[in-house]
Amino acid sequence: MRVTQGCFSFLPDLTDEQITRQVQYCLDKEWAVNIEFTDDPHPRNNFWEMWGLPMFDLHDAAGVLMELNECRKVYGDRYIRMSAFDSGHGWESIRLSFIVNRPKEEPGFRLERHEVDGRNIRYTTKSYAVDRPEGQRYGGK
Amino acid sequence: MNEQSMTVRGKDRYKSGVMEYKKMGYWEPDYEPKDTDIIALFRVTPQDGVDPIEASAAVAGESSTATWTVVWTDRLTAAEKYRAKCYRVDPVPNSPGQYFAYIAYDLDLFENGSIANLSASIIGNVFGFKPLKALRLEDMRLPVAYVKTFQGPATGIVVERERMDKFGRPLLGATVKPKLGLSGRNYGRVVYEALKGGLDFTKDDENINSQPFMHWRERFLYCMEAVNKAQAASGEIKGTYLNVTAGTMEDMYERAEFAKQLGSVIIMIDLVIGYTAIQSMAKWARRNDMILHLHRAGHSTYTRQRNHGVSFRVIAKWMRLAGVDHIHAGTVVGKLEGDPATTRGYYDICREDFNPAKLEHGVFFDQNWASLNKLMPVASGGIHAGQMHQLLDHLGEDVVLQFGGGTIGHPMGIQAGATANRVALEAMILARNEGRDYLHEGPEILAKAAATCTPLKAALEVWKDVTFNYESTDMPDYAPTASVSM
Repeated sequence: MRVTQGCFSFLPDLTDEQITRQVQYCLDKEWAVNIEFTDDPHPRNNFWEMWGLPMFDLHDAAGVLMELNECRKVYGDRYIRMSAFDSGHGWESIRLSFIVNRPKEEPGFRLERHEVDGRNIRYTTKSYAVDRPEGQRYGGK
Repeated sequence: MNEQSMTVRGKDRYKSGVMEYKKMGYWEPDYEPKDTDIIALFRVTPQDGVDPIEASAAVAGESSTATWTVVWTDRLTAAEKYRAKCYRVDPVPNSPGQYFAYIAYDLDLFENGSIANLSASIIGNVFGFKPLKALRLEDMRLPVAYVKTFQGPATGIVVERERMDKFGRPLLGATVKPKLGLSGRNYGRVVYEALKGGLDFTKDDENINSQPFMHWRERFLYCMEAVNKAQAASGEIKGTYLNVTAGTMEDMYERAEFAKQLGSVIIMIDLVIGYTAIQSMAKWARRNDMILHLHRAGHSTYTRQRNHGVSFRVIAKWMRLAGVDHIHAGTVVGKLEGDPATTRGYYDICREDFNPAKLEHGVFFDQNWASLNKLMPVASGGIHAGQMHQLLDHLGEDVVLQFGGGTIGHPMGIQAGATANRVALEAMILARNEGRDYLHEGPEILAKAAATCTPLKAALEVWKDVTFNYESTDMPDYAPTASVSM
């Protein structure tokens, strides 16, 4: 399966050149880009680990790409995404977020159904990968 | 035509009998509206031979304190404060016999946080007034002092995006079709296919409530199975607007509670439930972490004709105050009424924190929303993937694009239809962000994306010639004038 979170997951994986252009779009709008990674891609896992702080005061996308490649060296077997933060009043949240790295294999999620009273069912989405401890998922060491 | 005040003052003002409205204090051309006044702009079409000033003063009178004759009991009140004051009357450009009347209302005339009270005053009686051929409420300026008495959208655009974990692109939805007749199980099938294929939302239609072919509980149960299955299949948050519209508030609360218990992120109501019911559901939604979708069912009965009724821009303002999170606001290119400039005005009203007056969009007043949450507009009705560049250009990024037929009618099936829409959208956003002239290069951008996506290719082929080019019945009265740079 393919986790389709983020803005461009239905397109073929973006090349570094395409990523650079998206990052430049964010920087031109004065949004701070943050690199985040995880091996727990549950749809409600909001807080992926941060690769450093959001890159405030940066104006050149090449610098962000360098950081991305550093992150890939360490966490290339995990999901990595770019998130751009807009500090403008009335927004003060993420403006763009897209996945830039995936594990080689994406086992996906299983849906657990807990049958309760009547016809009601409690649903739980479980990532197959998280049965193993953090860092040992997706073939990582 | 804005001549002097004709108000009769002192003892003569209260002599028993009938007096023209313009002499009773409802026409005050020197009045300067206070920052706290509510201002309404009416399009007045007087009966033949009726003085437009008198007609406009009558509108002010009948929407505030007046009755047809002088009453002495006015003298027991601070009557001058409570009289709405028409302070300006302009002929409507290119529309003989029609006049724009600007009327100011003191804040004390209205109950805090009540659209029912606001509308009972402003549109309560006056639309049937005999000396008028027709009357339309075009726009309102709502003072911050009044805006702050309303809850506003229960969730708002920013928090909706955070909860849904979707940023940087319009959200995608589809209304389940056929809108009547599917069993709960079959209905859930459509929801599952559409969500798994790549949509963020599916939607009940306005008239799907609880009918013999599908009880509401069946729909909710099967829909939530579909939502959860699609979430697990994609790793994304998904939602389906469960329509809780019913005959009584008690029934609506029961349905909303069930939706919450099943884990739905969103419920929906129809405009026809009424303003008070809408405000109640907005409060419920805020208390229960629920996004609240509003289907504007019925609005065209009074918004569409240019000379009579209430403009949709006013309804949009009321609904932002009332506290819904989604509102259908037009597609421009789809099958339903929607002139581009007027629609732009509606979208601005939903999404901006401050609307500057913009006559060419039909927005007559500066409107400060004082940080009230933003309301997500929804574009639905006769749109398809081949129009993606136009939709993005007309409607921007903070919008739900709903392709009902454009998903479910796909020749390769519902999942393929959903995928076609999602791929078209992502390709267009990617191109826009790269700085491309996506409006003009749109067809090429779509064709290129279709090269690696068979469902998009099929969608572009099947709907390539579908457009809805009919003349709009509701357009702005002011066109921007071209200016020559010196």
